Formats: sequence, structure tokens, C-alpha cells
Amino acid sequence: MLDVAKPITPLVQVRGLKMYFPIYSGILRRHTGDVKAVDGVSFDIMPGETLGLVGESGCGKSTVGRALLRLYEITGGTVEINGTDVATLGTEDLRKARPQMQMVFQDPQASLNPRMTLADIIGEPLNEHTDWDGDRKLARIYELMDAVGLNRRFANRFPHEFSGGQRQRIGIARALALNPRFIVCDEPIAALDVSIQAQVVNLLEDLQEKFGLTYLFISHDLSMVRHIADRVAVMYLGRIAELSPRDALYARPLHPYAEALLSAVPEPDPTLARSRQRIILQGDVPSPANPPKGCNFCTRCPKVFDLCRQVKPELAEVEPGRFVACHLYSDPTAAGSTGASTANEHNQQGVSL
Amino acid sequence: MTDISAIEKPRSQWSDVWSQFKTHKGAVAALTVFVLLILFVTVGPFIWTADPTYINPDAAQMIRTRNKPPSWDFPLGTDQLGRDMLARMMKGGQVSIAVGLVAMTISILLGTLVGVTAGYFRRLDGPLMRLTDLFLALPLLPLLLVMVMLFRDPLSRTLGPEGGTFLLIVFAIGVTSWMQAARIVRGEVLALKEREFVLAARSIGTPSRRMILRHILPNVVSPIMVSATLGIASAIITESALSFLGLGFPPDFPTWGRLLFDGVDYIQQYPERVIWPGVAISLTVLSVNYIGDGLRDALDPRIRGR
Repeated sequence: MLDVAKPITPLVQVRGLKMYFPIYSGILRRHTGDVKAVDGVSFDIMPGETLGLVGESGCGKSTVGRALLRLYEITGGTVEINGTDVATLGTEDLRKARPQMQMVFQDPQASLNPRMTLADIIGEPLNEHTDWDGDRKLARIYELMDAVGLNRRFANRFPHEFSGGQRQRIGIARALALNPRFIVCDEPIAALDVSIQAQVVNLLEDLQEKFGLTYLFISHDLSMVRHIADRVAVMYLGRIAELSPRDALYARPLHPYAEALLSAVPEPDPTLARSRQRIILQGDVPSPANPPKGCNFCTRCPKVFDLCRQVKPELAEVEPGRFVACHLYSDPTAAGSTGASTANEHNQQGVSL
Repeated sequence: MTDISAIEKPRSQWSDVWSQFKTHKGAVAALTVFVLLILFVTVGPFIWTADPTYINPDAAQMIRTRNKPPSWDFPLGTDQLGRDMLARMMKGGQVSIAVGLVAMTISILLGTLVGVTAGYFRRLDGPLMRLTDLFLALPLLPLLLVMVMLFRDPLSRTLGPEGGTFLLIVFAIGVTSWMQAARIVRGEVLALKEREFVLAARSIGTPSRRMILRHILPNVVSPIMVSATLGIASAIITESALSFLGLGFPPDFPTWGRLLFDGVDYIQQYPERVIWPGVAISLTVLSVNYIGDGLRDALDPRIRGR
């Protein structure tokens, strides 16, 4: 997975995705601005791959996930899933395209209708997209329940009768019902107990192997993303800061924000933990309604210089398979192998701050 | 797990609903009372065949049978014109209960329709809620009076005096009492629409129509049920008020509200004349409230089975 196989066409191709939420203010409710939740995000996801999407709260991770499935009407850009541009499909075509892309939600309690039985919930996609008779649907429902490890006797129960982990399994079974190729996992483990998180993540991995699924795994839990993802995208204030293969990113983050973020991951080994240097960022995240003129991270970046405050850096490949949006790496002379050494220099400066 | 046939098929929820309803003692008692009341007003007239509007044409006889206390001939006594109270209670009950149920149905249907469309479709929210405000701001009694004035005669001519008046009153009460339900339902729908399971259904590709029927409506049943049960009571009482003002059914046509009105003049001498229809109205309202309470609990799977 590391040197992304070029001949394989990506399953998901996102180009310049923009999602603005308008702000209306004043007595006349005039359109006075936009919350730029997602501002020009581009990435590819290969078939069978898991792309982790990390970032702090409010950086637009979930919005990206929802915009990909067109749960929001996106402001700009294209989202191609399996060759069809989801962003511009009409209502009926979109409905027909829904089965290939599904979503697992963050809060398993809120994402299940409290008035429907488990069989009704898992069967809803089948009711919408197939004309099967009752027995065949029931057989499929049982099959799905087996796949996610739910007892078949539970078919008649209601969501409130289950534990958090079981509810998340119901949500996963519902997402699987139509044999999707691409599943957006929107913080599927954030609302779960730590002991249950591992179960659900392992279930997701097993299912990926069994059904050849492709995941966009949104999370703020960096250790869990390290466990499940093949490549990781780090988002900050609606833009991707760095998109790198997992091992490379965790070993040596290039973007100053990714570096700061990863330095916050708790270290289980006490001796290592003592020697660990955390990068504490100063200040707050700027408002997404009024982002800084240059790089979005320039207000808090420990390595900021003049260019950062003037020009927004574009996401560019600085090493094979590693994409970074940072002026530290955009200098053509510092690219390639020298780019790595300058990065190290800057790292040391960053730590000493 | 070994034998699939040993696992029962997902069954319909209605058996669960009924078994939960049965555990609500108040609701079962109320259902019994309500069924008895319905039997009293529908089957009763076939057993007790006295004519509720019969006035003895012989004036001397009529005066002698006026204002009788309860006896074997007249189990609930007679009124100021010598008409049999039991027969009038039965006949009046038919109309009052029918008015209550039908007017409530109309107002709940209208209220739910307006509330759900306003809450679900953002574009319709403003216009529909302004319409609701408009109806709320109208003084209802004068409006009812105008409607009755304008439409009673044409309707009576085409549908007969009773049918025409019934239709008019039921419609008038229905279209002037849906606003509370609409507001409550709209608020609930607005909150529900943002819940993740609605988003989940959208990601499945459920169209708006089925989204409303499958996900929204079942979750707003509780407030609808509450306003429905209260609606029956207020419909019966509004009908009484209209009859009281002489704008409902014709004066000789018995309804519980009318009987109450007629009895008020004699409340000092013959208090039972007020008590009978009063008790009947109270019992209906109370039993409907309890039935609604039990139904609401039974329809909520989170409460069911406790």
C-alpha cells in the first residue's frame, strides 16, 4: 500500500471539495458570510484501502464524510465514487447510486430509530432498494446479523435493549445490507467504551477483509487510526495539512501541525513517556468563518515565517506518496532528499520552542 | 442457533402494543367505560324505545308528565316538556360522541399535516406557521358564529337539518382547533429531523414520503395522542357552547351540551337534570384521556415491557 499502485484507478476521487455553510445575520437575514467547514480538499482512496481522517474537533472531518455521501449539498468540487460524480447526480440517480456508498455513524444510540425493531432497521435498505419477498429479506437480515456477530434471536428487539457496542454492530449491519463498496465510518468508536472500541474496530477490519470494503475512517483517536488505516490524512481548519502513508506519518510527521498533533498521543512506556517532548500549541483555532489570509495554521505554527502569512500553501507531493501543504517543503531546492533533512532541522527547532 | 426454524419470525408490533396496553389499569378501565358509553348510546335506543322528541300533544297530559323524578316509566325522569330523559341522553350521546370523535379527527389530521410539512420542508415552514398564527389570532367564537350563520341554511337544505348541521359543526370545530397540534408537531419534527437516524435513512436513499411515514410520524405519536385526547373533550364542550348559544343543532334536537343548557334553568329544583349530561361528558372525556395515556405508553417501545 505504501507506494500507491498507480495503475489501479482509485475508488473514490475527491477534487477541490468545498462545503460552506452560509451565515445569515441582521434583521433582513442577509447572507453575510460562510463558515468554510471544508475548503478545497482533494484525495484519492484506492479500492480495499482504509484512509484515516484525523484532526481536532471542528476541523471539518465529519463534514467531509457527509459531503462525500452527499448528505449535504456541496458548495464546490467533485466527488467521484466508482466513476460516477456523486456531487452532480439528480435525485433519482443519486438514490440508485446510494447502495454502493454507506455510512456508519458516531452515536449508535441516535443513529437507530427507537421505534423500529432490529429487523426493521437492518431491513430498511433492502426495502428501499430491492423487491425481494419477506422470506428472502429475512434470510439476508439473519446473514448480516451473523456477519456482525449479533444473535439471531435479537431480530425482534428494539435499539434501547442493546448495549452501545451491540448498537454499533446494528449500525454496521445496516450499512452492509446492500453490499456497498465504500463505507464512511464517522467516528464509529468515539461513543464507545474502550474495551468495546477494540471489538468494533476488529469487526470492521474482518469485514473489510471478507467483503473487500474500502473505508474512510474518521476519528480523533490517533492510536486507533494507526491501528486500522493504511494512509492518514491530517485535517486542520477545513484543509488537509498532510496526507501520508501511516507508518511514515507516525514515524516522522512532516507538517508542523501533524507533528504537534502526534506529539499528543499518549506513550504507554513510562521511560519513553518521560523523555517525550510535547509540542504545546499556543492560541486557539481561528474561526472557520474568517480563516487567516495565508496558511490556515500560520496563527499557531511554531515554524511560521513571512510567506506563510501571505500565501496559502497547496497540497503537494514532497516525497513519494507523501503530500504536505506547507511552505517549508514547497521550496523547489529543498524538495526530495534534502527536504527530509530540512524537515529534521525544523523539527528540532520546533521541539526547542 | 442450530435450528433456524426454532427462532420466531419478527412479529408485528401490535400484539406487543396490546399486551402493554393491558397492563395499564387505568387505560383498561377507561376503555371499558368508553365501550359501555358507546353501547349505551348506540344499542340503548333499540332496548329503550321511547321517542326522545315526543311531546304529548294533549296539553293536560303533557303538564302532568312534566319534571317527573326517576320512576319505572321514566328511569331518569322527564324534562320540562315531559320528554323522556333516558331516551334524550342516548340520542344526545350519539351526536356528542360523534361530534367529538369526528371533529378531533379532522383537527388532528389537519394539525399533523401542517405540522409535519412545516417542520420537514424548510421552505414551507414560514408560510404554514404564519397561517397557523393567523388562525390562532382569529377570535374563534365569532368566527364560528359567522360560519354557522352563512352555511347552516344552504347545508340544511341539501343534507337535511341534522346532517347539514352535524357536518357544519364538525367541520367548524375541526378547522378552528388544529393550531395547537400543528405547533407541537412542528417543534417535534424540527428536533427529530436533526437526529442521526434520519441522516442514516437519507444515506440509505429513503425518499421524503417514506421518511415521514417511517421515521418521523411514529416518533411524534406521543404529542399527537395527547392533543387528540384533549381535542375530543374540547370538541364536545365547544359543541355544547354552540348549542348553548342557539347556533348548533335545532333546539328540540338533543345533544349532551343542549341537555346541560336546558337543565341549567332548573338547577335549583331538579339538579339531576344537569348532573346526567354533566357526568356523561366528564366520563367520556376522562375515559378518552386515559385511553390516550395508555396508548401512548404502549406505542413507545422504551416504556413497553416494564
